[in-house]
Amino acid sequence: MNTLEKRLLNDFQRNLPPSPTPFADMAGELGVTEEEVISGLRTLTERGVVSRVGPVFRPQRCGVSSLVAMTVPEARLEAVAELVNAFPGVNHNYEREHRLNLWFVVTANTQEHLQALLQHIEQQTGLAILPLPMQAEYHIDLGFPLQWD
Amino acid sequence: MNTVIDATDRRIIAVTQGGLPLTPRPYAIIAAQLGLDANDVMTRMQRMLDSGAIRRIGAVPNHYALGFKGNGMSVWNVPDDAIKEAGQTIGALDFVSHCYHRPRHPPTWPYNLFAMVHGRDRAEVDEKVRHIAAILGAKDRGHEVLFSTRILKKTGLRIVG
Repeated sequence: MNTLEKRLLNDFQRNLPPSPTPFADMAGELGVTEEEVISGLRTLTERGVVSRVGPVFRPQRCGVSSLVAMTVPEARLEAVAELVNAFPGVNHNYEREHRLNLWFVVTANTQEHLQALLQHIEQQTGLAILPLPMQAEYHIDLGFPLQWD
Repeated sequence: MNTVIDATDRRIIAVTQGGLPLTPRPYAIIAAQLGLDANDVMTRMQRMLDSGAIRRIGAVPNHYALGFKGNGMSVWNVPDDAIKEAGQTIGALDFVSHCYHRPRHPPTWPYNLFAMVHGRDRAEVDEKVRHIAAILGAKDRGHEVLFSTRILKKTGLRIVG
């Protein structure tokens, strides 16, 4: 990663307020051209180092959501994960090393919709779910500090 | 501040959650896609930023691709009357990316505090978890670290409808 790419990644995780020309604004701060900023961001995105450039939404403020954990027999894990992933509003599905081995987030527009989705997941998988909705958030999201070697 | 997200905001969320177009005037492109005015799109996004519906706008790093391969979900059993202070202390640590209070489900699930810990490998995550345990002291009534072994789906937030 070159110096510009490192700065694009490190200094702009949260400093891109809505503006008609956000990349020109960044270029002004960095002392480079708008084209260099755009091509730098494209390169980082293509390499997968940056997953996207844009807003990070907080699900609890945009609808309702719950983290959900399940204990799935190893032999059924992939099939159950696929079934769960097919539900609208399911994201961040992880296998974790624990008795509770499947962890995902379900989002919906309303509490009723969320409860109905959770019920459907239980019915279709025939497995119990452990709903773990957020009750309070303590982290102040300042982005992620990257320690370059 | 907690303002309501309306139908137009939802349409804006739907087209921007995968990222802004990397072109000189991204909001003009989004506005054209939605049949809105670019100023309206920017005003609404600024309002969502102010209200907290948008955490931040910027480059979203892929921790895994950057070599932070030890993502461990640490879960803690902390006395209820100490959770707020504990959560604020742990949430402020720079290696913790998310810190939430979630319900216990005794006896199967005694943990009420979740902290996502990032490190380059498991050893580094374990070391950071020991650091959290030391901070909590007697308030740590039991903890575990759940390492992810496979990502089965990762789409970021997806709002339906």
